[in-house]
Amino acid sequence: MFLIYCPHCEEHREEEEFHAKGQAHIARPLDPDNCTDEEWAQFLYFRDNPRGLHHELWVHASGCRKFFNITRDTQSYEIKETYKVGEQPGVTAAKSA
Amino acid sequence: MSNLNINPQDSAVTDLDTAFKPDCAQMRQTPVQAEAGQAPRAESPLYHADLASMAAKGPLEGGVQLQELSLLGHLVIRGSLDNPAFVDGFAQVMGFALPGKLASVEQGDASVRWIAPDEWLLVVPGNEAFELEGRLRELMAGHFSIVNVSGGQTILQLSGPDAVKVLKKSTGYDLHDRNFPVGKVVTTTFAKTQAVIRRLDAQQWELVIRRSFADYVWLWLQDASAEYGLIVRG
Ligand SMILES: [Zn+2]
Repeated sequence: MFLIYCPHCEEHREEEEFHAKGQAHIARPLDPDNCTDEEWAQFLYFRDNPRGLHHELWVHASGCRKFFNITRDTQSYEIKETYKVGEQPGVTAAKSA
Repeated sequence: MSNLNINPQDSAVTDLDTAFKPDCAQMRQTPVQAEAGQAPRAESPLYHADLASMAAKGPLEGGVQLQELSLLGHLVIRGSLDNPAFVDGFAQVMGFALPGKLASVEQGDASVRWIAPDEWLLVVPGNEAFELEGRLRELMAGHFSIVNVSGGQTILQLSGPDAVKVLKKSTGYDLHDRNFPVGKVVTTTFAKTQAVIRRLDAQQWELVIRRSFADYVWLWLQDASAEYGLIVRG
C-alpha cells in the first residue's frame, strides 16, 4: 500500500489511482516559429534524469483527473511534497543539500 | 427531426429551443415519441440483464441488495467557483448550492456530486434533464460547460448489512465511517475499473458506473456478493 496526496482532492489516495507524466515545469517556447532546432528539440525531447530530487508532473487519473506536481527522490522513491500546477516547489535540491 | 438541436433557426423548434445561445449544442437523450407505435425504446446499459425478472424470481433473503436506477438524466457541469454567474446560476435553477470537495447534495429528485474542483455530476429524472440543461444555460454565464452524459453511464444502489463488505472487495478506498461519512463522494478504482462511490446511508451506497463497464461491474457484483446472498430489486 502506497498512498499519494492529491492536492486537489486534499486526501491521500492509492498509488494505482495516479499516473506519472514526466518532468514538471517545462515551459513551452513562446514563439515556436522562431526557435532554433536545438531550442525546439530541448523542449520536445530532452529531460533531466537526476539521481535524487526530481520535480514531476502526475495526474490523479482514476480520481479527480487533475494534474499536479510531485517532488520525489528518485533514489529512495520518497515523495517530499505534492503541489498544484502553477505553484513552486517548497523542496529543491539546493535547499535539501 | 433529429434529437440534436444545434441551430435555433431549426424549423421545428419550441420556445425553449429558441432560448439557447447559438453557439451551444444540446442533446436530448430521452427518446422522443415518434410516430404512433414506433416510439424508440430507451435501454439502460443493463437492459440485457433483465433485472426486473431476476428480482421477481430471485432470492428474497440475503445480506446485499442491488437496484439499478436506470435511465436517469446525468449532466456533467463544469465551471469555476470564481465565476459568480456560474455558481449563482446553478443555485438559482436548482435551489441549492454546488457542494464542496468530496461532498454531495440531494434535494427532491435531484442530486449533485462533486467530481473535481471544477466539475460536478447532476442527476435528475430522465425526462427533466433536457429542459433543466436549457434553464441552466440560460442563467449561467461566462466560461462553463454542461454535457448530457445520460446515455454513457448508469447508477447502481447497493444496500444491506453486507454491502460494505462487497465494496471492500472491490476498492482500495477506506470505507470506514470515520473516513467515509454519509453524503461523501469519491471517484476511485473499483473492480479494476472506476466508479463514483457515494454513501447514502449507514448501509446504503451508490455507484455511478460507465456504460461500457456496466455488464462487467454487474457480473463482478454478483460474484462478490454471492457469499452473502444477493437480492436484486427491480
Ligand atoms: Zn484528486
